[in-house]
Amino acid sequence: MAAQLFRDGAFVADDWHHLGEDDPLPDSGAVILPLGRYLEVVATAPASLGLAVLLRAGDEPDALQPHLSQLGLIAVDFAKFSDGRGYSIARLLRQRHGFDGELRAVGDVLLDQIPLMRRCGFTAFEIVHAPTRRALEAGHDVEVPLYLQPAERAGERPAGARAWARRPAASRI
Amino acid sequence: MYRYDEFDTDFVSARVEQFTDQVRRRLAGDLDEDQFKPLRLMNGVYLQLHAYMLRVAIPYGTLNGAQMRKLAYVARTYDRGYGHFTTRQNIQFNWPRLKDIPAILEELAKVEMHAIQTSGNCIRNVTADHFSGAAADEILDPRPYAEILRQWSSLHPEFSFLPRKFKIAVTGAPHDRAAVQVHDIGLQAKRDANGNVGFAVFVGGGLGRTPMIARKVRDFLPEEELLAYCEAILRVYNRYGRRDNKYKARIKILVHETGVETLKADIEHAFEEIRHGVLRLPQDEIDRITDYFAAPAFAAGADADALDRATAADPALAAFVERNLQPHKAPGYASVTISLKPIGKAPGDATADQMDAVAALAERYGHDEIRVSHEQNLVLPHVRKADVPAVFEGLKDTGLAEANAGLVTDIIACPGMDFCALATARSIPVAQRISERFGTPDRQRDIGDLKIKISGCINACGHHHVGHIGILGVEKKGEEYYQITLGGSGDENSAIGEIIGRGFSYEEVVDAVETLVDTYIGLRDAPDEDFLAAYRRVGDAPFKEALYGTA
Repeated sequence: MAAQLFRDGAFVADDWHHLGEDDPLPDSGAVILPLGRYLEVVATAPASLGLAVLLRAGDEPDALQPHLSQLGLIAVDFAKFSDGRGYSIARLLRQRHGFDGELRAVGDVLLDQIPLMRRCGFTAFEIVHAPTRRALEAGHDVEVPLYLQPAERAGERPAGARAWARRPAASRI
Repeated sequence: MYRYDEFDTDFVSARVEQFTDQVRRRLAGDLDEDQFKPLRLMNGVYLQLHAYMLRVAIPYGTLNGAQMRKLAYVARTYDRGYGHFTTRQNIQFNWPRLKDIPAILEELAKVEMHAIQTSGNCIRNVTADHFSGAAADEILDPRPYAEILRQWSSLHPEFSFLPRKFKIAVTGAPHDRAAVQVHDIGLQAKRDANGNVGFAVFVGGGLGRTPMIARKVRDFLPEEELLAYCEAILRVYNRYGRRDNKYKARIKILVHETGVETLKADIEHAFEEIRHGVLRLPQDEIDRITDYFAAPAFAAGADADALDRATAADPALAAFVERNLQPHKAPGYASVTISLKPIGKAPGDATADQMDAVAALAERYGHDEIRVSHEQNLVLPHVRKADVPAVFEGLKDTGLAEANAGLVTDIIACPGMDFCALATARSIPVAQRISERFGTPDRQRDIGDLKIKISGCINACGHHHVGHIGILGVEKKGEEYYQITLGGSGDENSAIGEIIGRGFSYEEVVDAVETLVDTYIGLRDAPDEDFLAAYRRVGDAPFKEALYGTA
């Protein structure tokens, strides 16, 4: 089943295509490349081709430092939903590198993890899991909308005088 | 103690709602068992050998009478009339039905309790010295910092899918009763020459299959940097901890394989980036939380000699006072240990009636405070010495007056094969038989301080590695077999016990323990040289010879 992109509370059309290590590079369009391949071709790819990068759980986001100004999209792969390395990668991209483009969670992206991903800085989600898609389409909210620590999601509002008590941004999704 | 404000109340209610919805989606088939498992574990719901088990959080082991009564109510209504206090200062119920768990959580929420992060690969319930805020030797009360850590770690978005579980312990006294050096992060609160608060930080301790004593990475971390430093440690662990083998996934293995200096450099690098950021602890936040833990108004009363007169007249009370009272910082007060190790019973179990009785005693005589110790006992931290005879009578009435705190029958044991799906041997019946063997008052008092700890498999939930005598049950050719270690310790001089030799069968193991104890009695310098001190002085040779004969 093809993934569908969930962003800003709705499933939206997606212009980006994932390419593997050996898939031929097109001349135009927009492609998401694994980190190694991206670093290989970034200097020589045609200007008409949009490039984004896919980080796997063990990849070092620091490798993207020289290219961040040109990147509008970084995808982070959750090969297994239970592997939480992608959360730290997202926070490092936002915190350490100040990346402010689209951060997209791909792979085993499930309903109950999406609220955590958002708080770590993810703004878009490729959804394969059918019950997750149905729930998102139905606007089924599974979040505990009260936070006890600061995070990366823009717009979180202080809740009272406590140091880190927060509530979500005014628009939830 | 900490009290919920509106925000905390809403938080816990929302979490109950969230879990109720997760159970519903599991039953509807929207979540498969693999997807549901980490979600239920993060809410304390285990699937055990016979049934689901629910582990309820008792943050740093502190609770009040109303909360204890609620636990009694849950035990009576949804379980088989008892609960089991654990080595992580929590309580678990062994027989709830999955369909009742949302209702149990709603009941708990009414008294500011929950089951959040009592299991799963996340930051677990933060533990602390069970005499916090009371002990005469305390430098400062560690519970405000435990509470600050509890809040920060609750549903932390970055650290909910760690390589493995993560345990933090805090102590505020030079004598470490919280075993901080066998935790993933151990914090020893202290003051510098100017009175500023900070922490010695230990990383990478743990028991389990590969026991390790933690390494010190900071001698004095200023209190305002506590959260940023912990976040840095967790971030390094989340990124680099092993995920290929669950038995090598704890931070202790990362420390061991990376080397403490390299890992420390990684932590410091991650810390430097966030050190001056939003996680820096404001003094007013520390003060706000600390205010919740202000000591009650102690008033010793006029009759300072009442307890002495009572003990002179009642030898049983005198024995109780000798073993189960801990020096208190306030004059005329003591902390009372309530042993959950009656002779021949399962360590850590308490019936609903006993919980109610303890709640009543705490309310009447103990400023409404109760603690759970990691040694699976209860504590009334603040009792006027003059009230100790009345507390003792109340405990006798409910069968919890055993004067054995710290003695050979004060045994830690994991649930073992009687309950646990992982266990390879029974542990509770071994504890019961040892307890019966040494249970006469004179004999245990003659033996003196001796910590026996029993695990029913190599995951070491019974902390056998840090028992003065540790017992590990394993399975060998279809039979239970018990390996004995000597010389372990979980205090400020932590040590991992050494295996003494070949193991013993279920039938033999109690005799073997008796042989060790008799050998110790025969070789001790004086009655006040305890087992561990004697073992450290003479080594294992006399014990080996007594068990196995000369080679």
